[in-house]
Formats: sequence, structure tokens, C-alpha cells
Amino acid sequence: MTTIKADDVKRRDFLQLTAGGFGIVGVIAAATPLVNSLNPAKDTLALATTEVDISTIPPGEGRTVTWQGKPVFIKHRTPEEIKEAEDVNLALLGDKEIDSDRVKRPEWLVAIGICTHLGCVPTGQKMTEARGDYGGWFCPCHGSHYDTSGRIRKGPAPKNLAVPPYEFISDTVIKIG
Amino acid sequence: MANKERTPFENPVVEWVDSRLPVFTLMQKEYGVFPTPKNFNYFWNFGAIAMFMLITMIVTGIVLAMHYTANTELAFDSVERIMREVNGGWLIRYIHMNGASFFFIAVYIHIFRGMYYGSYKAPREILWMLGVLIFLLMMGTAFIGYVLPWGQMSLWGATVITNLFSAIPFVGDGIRTLLWGGFSVDNPTLTRFFALHYLLPFVIFAVVFLHVWALHVTGSNNPLGIDTKGPQDTLPFHPYYTIKDTFGLLVFVLIYALFIFFMPNALGHPDNYIPANPMVTPAHIVPEWYFLPFYAMLRAITFDIGIPFTDIVFINAKLGGVIVMFGSILLWFVLPWLDTHPIRSARFRPLFKIFLLILVADFIFLGYVGMQTADAKLFGVVPLIYLGQAATAYYLAYFLVILPWLSKNEKGRELPASINEAVLAKNK
Repeated sequence: MTTIKADDVKRRDFLQLTAGGFGIVGVIAAATPLVNSLNPAKDTLALATTEVDISTIPPGEGRTVTWQGKPVFIKHRTPEEIKEAEDVNLALLGDKEIDSDRVKRPEWLVAIGICTHLGCVPTGQKMTEARGDYGGWFCPCHGSHYDTSGRIRKGPAPKNLAVPPYEFISDTVIKIG
Repeated sequence: MANKERTPFENPVVEWVDSRLPVFTLMQKEYGVFPTPKNFNYFWNFGAIAMFMLITMIVTGIVLAMHYTANTELAFDSVERIMREVNGGWLIRYIHMNGASFFFIAVYIHIFRGMYYGSYKAPREILWMLGVLIFLLMMGTAFIGYVLPWGQMSLWGATVITNLFSAIPFVGDGIRTLLWGGFSVDNPTLTRFFALHYLLPFVIFAVVFLHVWALHVTGSNNPLGIDTKGPQDTLPFHPYYTIKDTFGLLVFVLIYALFIFFMPNALGHPDNYIPANPMVTPAHIVPEWYFLPFYAMLRAITFDIGIPFTDIVFINAKLGGVIVMFGSILLWFVLPWLDTHPIRSARFRPLFKIFLLILVADFIFLGYVGMQTADAKLFGVVPLIYLGQAATAYYLAYFLVILPWLSKNEKGRELPASINEAVLAKNK
């Protein structure tokens, strides 16, 4: 019977660890395409941009359109609403953004209509709906209040309503996306 | 080999099979003569009842899957078709729908039994942890199942819960996209949820097998919480507990049938009979009743955690809520190490008993808070959010402060010498 030398034990440990390590690499490599198939598919990603005619929206009213399956709020703001949004003391905001960074033209606010807390659609687009304590939007799920610039003012949401990429094609048409 | 100790069966067919694959010997050992403490009360029925519910859910679920279509355009209508056109479809669906609730009722009572009589303590820690794992898997399965009918609550419940994952730093958004397969809860989400809803019950079944295996290694706990010391403390499982379990099961099924036939929608939410609409959120989103206490704990965290009077935030309110909600269940995994008191049963721990019963009331109250709107007030005066926060604080304190403290300081009452003595003394 031969005695096992310390060298042999080290060699065996090395081989076992290497084999195990490559085994794990192999499993990850095999799992990657399976998991990746769960990411958005090409047709989902290819969802076209949305063009909206805004000439029919009177001041003080809004319209909700669909972009990539999500609601987008387009709001024709009144001069009072614009002033309110611009005059806010930044120190009072949870997510500090000045109004002019959130709009391309002050009278039009475009924002994704999804509460940044847990994804509900806030109310306030219709005249009859609750607009919260700051005259913008109110999320009924967990009580987040947004102002006329779509900024979070009160409640559990951590961020302002997101502004999607958009441009004015003409004075009456905007393209979102 | 174990086969050597096998007692031959009289029936030649049984004997022929058993000598090749000893399933009859196994059943005889584990469910026939299996020594079981003779002092069980009716709380010990709920393991068997939960098993019955799991099988009921799998059987009705497989039949429902044959009629259901996992597509956002068709799902809602296919469920309505099951209700109106499929032969007996309404019955199968109501059994499945209410079955989820009654499965949770059985499991909640089963968990309470484990906590009250200290069934989680040594040597049953792994048995207990497998049980917690089953509960987590059940929650996942139930949540995903509720999405399938594609009503308003399906869609918005799924939206709120999948958005919880975005609170996780760095990887959260990626996980959420993987769950969705798009930019919101939509058709890719529904199809993958259906696949998982079909898979997970079988995973649960596998973990239940391990749970029962572990149980048959350590043997059952009992209302006195003391170990069995010999044959005088036990009864064979059959016929004593097969009959007792069957009786309890029949009473349970009677109440279950009452709901199925006379109030099938009492435990559901009417908004889920409105087809899903991604443009309109229901005024008041509530989860199914069995999630309400955890939902209340999620909503209780309305404040950021950071350095006071500065803008530095370590954990924002959203992440804090998610941590508390998941943490409230993950705490159960370490329960055997939070409560290290040598006495198992609450019968002999008067202080522990009081705090545990308060916890039960606290948990039910959290359920009530979870059911109300975010800005609701109790009796029109006290904002419910503060009461929810207090109840959440008690829940966390029970596990993290009270149990470790009691473990060191509670005296406890004197334990009986054996199950047999205690049973005989009671019957004098």
C-alpha cells in the first residue's frame, strides 16, 4: 500500500476545485440564453413612437395617450399652474428638479402617467378626478401627491413622474419616443 | 438491508410486490403503526387538511388549465367561458378560487399551532424551516394565480407587487424587466406567470414531501411539548389519527363547501370581474385577504431612513417597506434561534402565551389596516397609518426583542413527568 503524499492531496484538491469551477461556469453559460429569453422580445422593443395631435386640448385639460403600453399624460397648463410650478421653493422638494427642466414649452407638460412608487396610474387627468393637495395628480393606491409639474410633493413615491423623450413636430403635433 | 426486517404479508400479490419494492412496508411503518403522541388536540388536524387542500388545488387546477387561455386578449373571456359554458366549470373554478383561501386558512392555523406549542424548537428546526419555505412558495403561487383571470385587480395587483422588486438597489429594475418581459405587466408577463403557476404547486409538493419526511424522523410535537418516553405515551397513527384527521377534515370541508355553494365571491374582490385596463387604476387596490397583514407592513414604512436633518438617505421609504414586508416572513426562518427557551409549549409559559396571543390579535389588526385606504382613519379620528406602524413595530419587536428576552428571563411552570401521566391525571 502506498502512502498518499501531501503533494497528491493538494493536486487532488486543485483538480476538484477546478472541475467544480468549470462546472459552475458551464451551468451559468447554459442558463444565460434561457433567462435572456425572458427579457423584452424584439417586437416588444420595436413598439413605434406615438404621435399626438394636441390642438384639441384646451388649457387646463389633459389627455392620456399610450406609449409602449404605458399611459402618458399630456397636460395643457394654465398660466396659474405654470406660475405655481415655477415658484416652488426647491428645498421643499423630495426630488429636486426645476420646472423648466421638465418641459419643452411651459404650457405643455408631458409625463409618464405611472406613479414612481408602485406603478399605479394617478388620477387628475379628468376635471372630475382628485388632483391631490398640490393641484397636479393624486395616486389613489398609496396616497402620493404630485404638483402641476408632475413632481412628488407628499406620500411614499420616491421620484417625480418621469418625462419621456418627445419633440414638437409642429405647434400642434408632438412625437413621443 | 432494511428488507431483512420485513414482516411478510399474507396476501400473495402484496407480498410479491413488497418483496421487490417495499411500499406496503413503508406505508405500514409510516402511516399504520407510526407511534404518535396520544394527547393530540384538534390543532393537529391542520397538517392533513393542508395536504388535502394542496391536492384539491392541483387536481382542479389541471382541469382548469385545459380550458384557460393565457393571452391578454383572451384570458378574461376564457375564464367567463369556464363559468358559463364549460360543463360544471363554475364549480371547478369556485373550488379552486375558494380553495386558495381555505388552503391559507388551514396553513395559518397550522403555523399558529407550531408557534403556540413550540413545534419549531429542537430537534424540529429543519421541519419548521421547510414549512416556512412552503408558505413562501404558496404566497408566490397564489399571487401569480390571481393574475391569470386578467381582471382589474389581477393587472394592478401584479403591477404593484412586481414594482416592489424595483426598490432593490442596482439590480431591481433588471429583475422587474425580467418579470415583465416588456415595459409593463402585459402579455409576456401573463404567459410566464401561467407557466410558473403550473410549475410551483409541484415544487410545493416536493417540499411538502421533505417536510413530512423530516416530521417522520423527529416525530410529532404535542400539546404538552414534552418528548415521548415510550409506548405508553403514543398511539399507532392508524386507526386513531386517520379517523381523527378525517373527522376534522369533514368539518373543514363542510365550511369550505358553504363558501363554494352559497358565497363563492365573498372572499374575492368585485373589481376582478372588470377586464384589465392598463390606462385606469382602480380607486382602491387591495390584495387577497391572506396577504393583507403583510401589505399593511409594506405600507407602514412611509419614512426614509438616513441621517436626520440632511438629505442623506440610506434606505428610502419604498425599499424600507419592501425590506419589512419580506423580512417579516424571513424572521420565521430564524425563529428557533430567537426563541431559545427550553420549554416548548405555551401551556407552561404564561408570559410567552400572553405575548403570542397579542401577536395574533396584532396580525389580524394589521390585516384590517391593509384592507383600508392609505389615508383611512379609525372611527374617523385616528389616522390608521400610525396604528399600522405601531402594529408593525409590535410584530417586529415580538420576534427581535420579546422572544430573546423571554428566553433568558421567563421562569415557566413545572412540566409533567410524561404524556401518559398528564393524560391520566386529567381523566381522574
